[in-house]
Amino acid sequence: MHFEEALSKYNLDLDPLSLETLQVNVGRLCNQACKHCHVDAGPARTEIMDRKTIDRILDILRDHPIANLDITGGAPELNPHFRYLVESAKALGKHVMVRCNLTVLFEPGLEDLVEFYVRNAVEIVSSLPYFQEFETDTQRGKGVFEKSIKALRMLNDAGYGQEDSGLLIDLVYNPVGAFLPPPQESLEREFKRELDHRYGITFNRLFTITNMPISRFLHFLQRTGNYETYMEKLVSSFNPAAAEGVMCRSLISVGYDGRLYDCDFNQMLDLNLNHGAPHTILDFDFDRIVNRRIVFGDHCFGCTAGAGSSCGGATA
Amino acid sequence: MSYYEPKDLPRFSDMGKFNPELWKKFLDWYTAATSEEGALTKREKSLIGLAVAHAVQCPYCIDAFTQACLESGSNMEQMTEAVHLASAVRGGASLVHGVQMHNVAEKLMM
Repeated sequence: MHFEEALSKYNLDLDPLSLETLQVNVGRLCNQACKHCHVDAGPARTEIMDRKTIDRILDILRDHPIANLDITGGAPELNPHFRYLVESAKALGKHVMVRCNLTVLFEPGLEDLVEFYVRNAVEIVSSLPYFQEFETDTQRGKGVFEKSIKALRMLNDAGYGQEDSGLLIDLVYNPVGAFLPPPQESLEREFKRELDHRYGITFNRLFTITNMPISRFLHFLQRTGNYETYMEKLVSSFNPAAAEGVMCRSLISVGYDGRLYDCDFNQMLDLNLNHGAPHTILDFDFDRIVNRRIVFGDHCFGCTAGAGSSCGGATA
Repeated sequence: MSYYEPKDLPRFSDMGKFNPELWKKFLDWYTAATSEEGALTKREKSLIGLAVAHAVQCPYCIDAFTQACLESGSNMEQMTEAVHLASAVRGGASLVHGVQMHNVAEKLMM
């Protein structure tokens, strides 16, 4: 079954509801090379958003009622214009969240990053696939767990994840392999208990996100003979309630070169906004975007399986 | 061809072909017992299922309950411990029959 057929079967019409979030991928350069990364990000990537594109994005944020700027990468902090983007968006009154991989805090020249985040009250969203070293390092690389714990302690010490501080840090769980995430609520309870008990770490929310059959994770599925069974699992776990909450109904994604997409996954598949919607930030048109038809593909089963999946976690 | 093929697991429902009524009864019971939250959580049930799968040495069940354990949040330490538990009970079940051996020997020997 194809994704559009599943939508028809359940009489689902997934049109955009609003445009609350502009998710901006500022580049594919990263200090890590995680096994599940749909961006195929890593230290050898050279695609980086330039200042001109960032200025155009700031114009769009200034001129339209878009509440949130969600900055992703790669490691967004490695873009030389990253701090300019954050500070300018905050000055426009936008809520800014950054998908920070934690280990980037120890990169040379970024020693003051925590202070920068505190000063700008940036919401931090960080991947931590498990509260143990084995699972985390298996997915994200040797030594990542130890550094991530150290980074979380630094953020906690600066006020992140502390009650009433107003400084939010959310963690992201991705399965370490070809299976669906556990229920978000119970896993969040367990993460909170174990991270507090083992390391004295606190955080705000846990988002469970399904691995998408794209790029590096797709290659893993194909290489290990898991592709067919994983896709069958995604298709057979299609949940209409989860589909209603897919993030592309309230978000669009901007590529490092200013091209527009329905989500970061479509961006990696080079599936531009379509059906009459503008293709780049140069011809950004709020009304046409809110009234567009979303471009779906079979990878979308990843967002509608089980409890659903989005950049903000489960959707059902 | 092997007797056990992974692709046969999704064909389990073929067992409903010639007796749908009994299949439905089994499936309702199986689903309620293994997959629905009750006095035990789904995670606890999955770990018990994994242990039993090893005790009865069913490759299909090991496949299914390994996935169920991972998808309900168990980690490799917990899953390995569940398999040890099943193995220990199986080993203990053999060993405790040594008492029977002692009983028989005591009766026969001078």
